[in-house]
Amino acid sequence: MLNWLKRPASETQITHGQRLWLYVFATVVMLLLVTPTLIVIPMSFSDSQYLEFPPETWSLRWYKSYFNSPEWMNATFTSLKAAFLTMLVATPVGVIAAYGLHTSRVAWVRLAFMLLITPMMVPVVLVAIGAFYVFVKLNLLYSLTGLVLAHSILALPLVLIVTGSALKSYDMNQELAARSLGAARWKAFVTITLPQIRFAVVTAALLAFLTSFDEVVIAMFISGGDNPTLTRNMFNALRDQIDPTIAAISTIMIGVTTLMMILAQIFGRGSGGK
Amino acid sequence: MVALDSNREGLRRDGRLERLRLFGLSSPALLMVLVVLVIPVGWLFYVSFVGADGQFSLENYERMIKRKSYARIFVTTFQVSLLTTGLCIMIGYPLAYFLSQLPNRLANLLMITVLLPFWTSLLVRTYAWLVLLQKKGLVNDWAISLGLWDEPVKIVHNMTGTLIGMVHIMLPFLILPVYNAMKAIDKDYLKAASNLGASPHRAFWTVFFPLSTPGLFAGSLMVFVLCLGFFVTPAVLGGGKVIMVSMKIVSNIELFVNWGAASALGVVLLVITMVILWVASRFVNLAAMTGGGH
Repeated sequence: MLNWLKRPASETQITHGQRLWLYVFATVVMLLLVTPTLIVIPMSFSDSQYLEFPPETWSLRWYKSYFNSPEWMNATFTSLKAAFLTMLVATPVGVIAAYGLHTSRVAWVRLAFMLLITPMMVPVVLVAIGAFYVFVKLNLLYSLTGLVLAHSILALPLVLIVTGSALKSYDMNQELAARSLGAARWKAFVTITLPQIRFAVVTAALLAFLTSFDEVVIAMFISGGDNPTLTRNMFNALRDQIDPTIAAISTIMIGVTTLMMILAQIFGRGSGGK
Repeated sequence: MVALDSNREGLRRDGRLERLRLFGLSSPALLMVLVVLVIPVGWLFYVSFVGADGQFSLENYERMIKRKSYARIFVTTFQVSLLTTGLCIMIGYPLAYFLSQLPNRLANLLMITVLLPFWTSLLVRTYAWLVLLQKKGLVNDWAISLGLWDEPVKIVHNMTGTLIGMVHIMLPFLILPVYNAMKAIDKDYLKAASNLGASPHRAFWTVFFPLSTPGLFAGSLMVFVLCLGFFVTPAVLGGGKVIMVSMKIVSNIELFVNWGAASALGVVLLVITMVILWVASRFVNLAAMTGGGH
């Protein structure tokens, strides 16, 4: 141990001992990053009204209250439906846009790209009130279609960036070869290009799903009526009081996120990591 | 010769058509962004210049200048954004440095501690802090049993709680680009520096740190811009005491149904964001910033 402290730690010959503070600091920060979220999990199994840690008596009380509530169940299904449909809309639309912008060399490509990533730059509150206004006119307010549309434009920049960067490292000559052998352009794309960027496409799809599933502000404005999302209801519940049911829902949401991360790890491997 | 020319002309026309058709592949995406974002924001822009009487007027903007409450909201917004960015740099930079020095396998493993919160719902994380920081929460309990303070302290529903939550949520946005920039630094430069007699300290500050600044700049910018428009965390953890621009926009619509006032605030927020991004884009590659996050 003492030897290790005196050993050089980097190219600059600084020893491990001299930067012990960095190791301690980094460990504390990493703990602080992870624990606040994870601590909700055991708390959600507490029997008490005042989420205690560690729980004195364990129970599934808050899970029961969640699963037995028609409102929460309805909101959960709305969120899952919206997220799934957002994934189905944003992924193909984003992938073909990324492909089009990558291959077309017209002068407006840069402008189009900038326009397509603006949903990432514009404060989400503005997107929300803007969408609220249009959807009132289009009669899409409180509809699943409207929700999916609005969430899709939030997800588009992510899909565009993830698949765009995969296309950049892909050798377009392969597609050229396929076409010179007689394949139509779309066929060359589907059979040659798509399989090679599939990891990026899968990652993009999962990001699109999560973007919609976790979105709060837009949902606050344009979801409601028969179709409120889970996040909208959670946010409203948070403003009123600390309902322990939210801890149970949070745990389930952490589960969904972790599942997505694992899926991204399994299917996104080979895309050069994150 | 003539045949050759017309052939070349034809090829060129075909090429142009092909490029246009390929560009057309982006039209569904463009159409969606146009309908759901560009047109509505354009309309908000228009509404912000319409007064209560339905005529063109600057009253919505004048109100912002005249009323003290609006000035306070802008000050709070910048305060929160600057403090969050500063704290993120102070906490995130050393962590990114620590991770960048580790062997790849270990670094990737520990990176999960950054990515897990990054992927976890913002609402869930905000809720977690609300539970931890409340009067009867874990932080107060532990601090009292450790003897740090005697009575439960109010650490949530105020600025402190807001900052704790914001920093926690924004940290990954800073760490990821900084880490990527640090990973790209050629270690031979540091060897050369020490070989020439620089102390570890000097080698770090004159060689390593400057080379990591593009990542640091991109990350800080990202955090700052995201903070400016933030809503959920200050709304929940601020307890009505920390009012940011986006919250005022929401209350203008939800409570007062005043689209003019909300739109004008939105336009100002958007312009500030865009100006910052535009100025920054002259110094840093924004594509790298957006691409670095994932």
